[in-house]
Amino acid sequence: MSTSNPSPNDRRQHYLNAAYGLRSWLLTVDHKRIALLYLGSITFFFFIGGSFAVMIRMNLLTPDGSFLQAETYNKFFTMHGLVMIFFFLIPSIPAVLGNFLIPMMVGAKDLAFPRLNLLSWYLYIIGGVMALSAAALGGVDTGWTFYTPYSSTYSNGNVVIMGVGAFVAGFSSILTGLNFIVTIHKMRCPGLTWFRLPLFVWAMYATSVIQILGTPVIAITLLLLAAERIFHVGIFDPRIGGDPVLFQHFFWFYSHPAVYIMILPAMGVISELVATFSRKRIFGYNLVAFSSVAIAMLSFLVWGHHLFVSGQSIYAGLVFSVLSFMVAIPSAIKVFNWTATFYRGSISYDTPMMYCFGFIGLFTMGGVTGLLLASLAVDVHLHDTYFVIAHFHYIMVGGAVMGYLGGMHFWWPKITGRMYPEIWARFAAVIIFVGFNLTFFPQFMLGYLGMPRRYHAYPAEFQVLNVMSTAGASILGLGYLIPMIYFIWSMRYGKPAPPNPWGATGLEWRTPSPPPTENFEEIPVVTEEAYDFEALARRDAAALRNEGELQNG
Amino acid sequence: MSEPTHHEKSHGSQHIVPLKVYFAVFAALMVLTATTVCVAYVNLDWLNLPVALAIAITKATLVILFFMHVKYSGHMVKVYVVAGVLFLIIMIGITLSDYMTRGWISVPRGWQ
Repeated sequence: MSTSNPSPNDRRQHYLNAAYGLRSWLLTVDHKRIALLYLGSITFFFFIGGSFAVMIRMNLLTPDGSFLQAETYNKFFTMHGLVMIFFFLIPSIPAVLGNFLIPMMVGAKDLAFPRLNLLSWYLYIIGGVMALSAAALGGVDTGWTFYTPYSSTYSNGNVVIMGVGAFVAGFSSILTGLNFIVTIHKMRCPGLTWFRLPLFVWAMYATSVIQILGTPVIAITLLLLAAERIFHVGIFDPRIGGDPVLFQHFFWFYSHPAVYIMILPAMGVISELVATFSRKRIFGYNLVAFSSVAIAMLSFLVWGHHLFVSGQSIYAGLVFSVLSFMVAIPSAIKVFNWTATFYRGSISYDTPMMYCFGFIGLFTMGGVTGLLLASLAVDVHLHDTYFVIAHFHYIMVGGAVMGYLGGMHFWWPKITGRMYPEIWARFAAVIIFVGFNLTFFPQFMLGYLGMPRRYHAYPAEFQVLNVMSTAGASILGLGYLIPMIYFIWSMRYGKPAPPNPWGATGLEWRTPSPPPTENFEEIPVVTEEAYDFEALARRDAAALRNEGELQNG
Repeated sequence: MSEPTHHEKSHGSQHIVPLKVYFAVFAALMVLTATTVCVAYVNLDWLNLPVALAIAITKATLVILFFMHVKYSGHMVKVYVVAGVLFLIIMIGITLSDYMTRGWISVPRGWQ
């Protein structure tokens, strides 16, 4: 096709054509445009982080690890983790989909603090630039966890730059969370009570609570690390009276809840997808909503399961083990309720729903293997092996990234006003699912057999499984490139999207695609429960009748 | 002046605090700082830490209530402040569950 599809959207004023030029983007306070700024930047970081993963997998193709030197390998897995966690996963759904959707889902014109929203993007970029400069100046080899003494006694100067980068990006996360909480409390439109909110909003609220309560702790921990290096105050270094395990306590007090900053928003997306593509109200709406809050609360009580073999007291380990098992309860409530929603639903298999099925299966596997790791005795064997790597990739890639991609496909027509090619999208979803499992399932086996993480070479008997994993990673990488290509293609050549292409409930679907700058032509009034598909059908029928009457004169 | 309306009450940041309150709080903070310094020269044995912490907590409370306007803010702001303190207690409390119990495990005689 040589020309773009003519679209009625081109003539209508909306947020994309309201202003033109670089300045209009860099100084925008429109939450939808800021979401797109985030989309561009996190995609950039996703491919940076992904390229480090490619190098890691290439190196592990052969047992002698001859592709990279040991030191370079250490730097690459560190950069892979740091970039993916701080600059892709944590901002992914909140900063892109959350920014774009929360004001629309609550029927508001913008977030509560639009300028603060733009500031948080700039902070994110400053943090990102610092991280990339640390990489360019020679890299960091501490692992993404910055454990002492790797990050203190034995570190190079780049650790400071990287630490400050993560510190600054953390403030971006705090400000986004603060903005969401105030918006959800203060800016809901008339009739939109808490129990009429879409479950995505509940999930984002829970995520925001973690962001504002947890992130300051990692910031303070990094400051303490700096204080120790500069002023020689004994905090983490045992030679001057500190305790290295204290660093792990403080680090994981934030970083374990951070896992839920990644997965809770994805769960919110999945709730929307399950309801829309089953055409049913979510089974047990209240329980699913409260389980998000319960996960957020419990997430702060389980950090010690990362310290089972670090010299932590066995009694503390016992408490953390029990508490970790408890997180499985609200997580299981979600999975069972989604599955129960499918029962007698009118299920359609559009692309977002394929990611949704992928999420439910992969998240369940990631979650259940987490229970093995939460068991004190089993963890002694599995700790720091590839079993752990497989477990958290099932949660973070199989869960969070699947949810993110499902959400991107679901709301892409709303964001751009264009449809993507459905056949290609389904094909990519299958490729990603297959590639993902081929990459990470062998890693469960490798870990169980005893292959430790973070080594650049391994015994020859592990090669077959490692080759499978690398082959899977190539398929997965290809799978991620396909959506990237057709999304860009669809922005110009895609079919114009109607306001509500999926027949979904929710206020964001009651406004044109793409939405006008102020989101709604008039302030919406909500008179029904969330996911009330019967009310939606009644409204559509009434609209059709009106149209017919108008045509008949 | 008439009674403030509900609307005015809920926007605590617009509450005007008389300057003398700020000066009084500032004076209290200075006195407490001086107390911390003085106490540091007196050996109170096991009371050293509790006394220093009590003074520090009092100062932090004054700053939060008056300088950060929490005293004049709505319920939601107060709930979030309490949540912050609660999470600090959780963090320190459960971390101490590690440090306080490390000595509980008996080491076999031959290993000592």
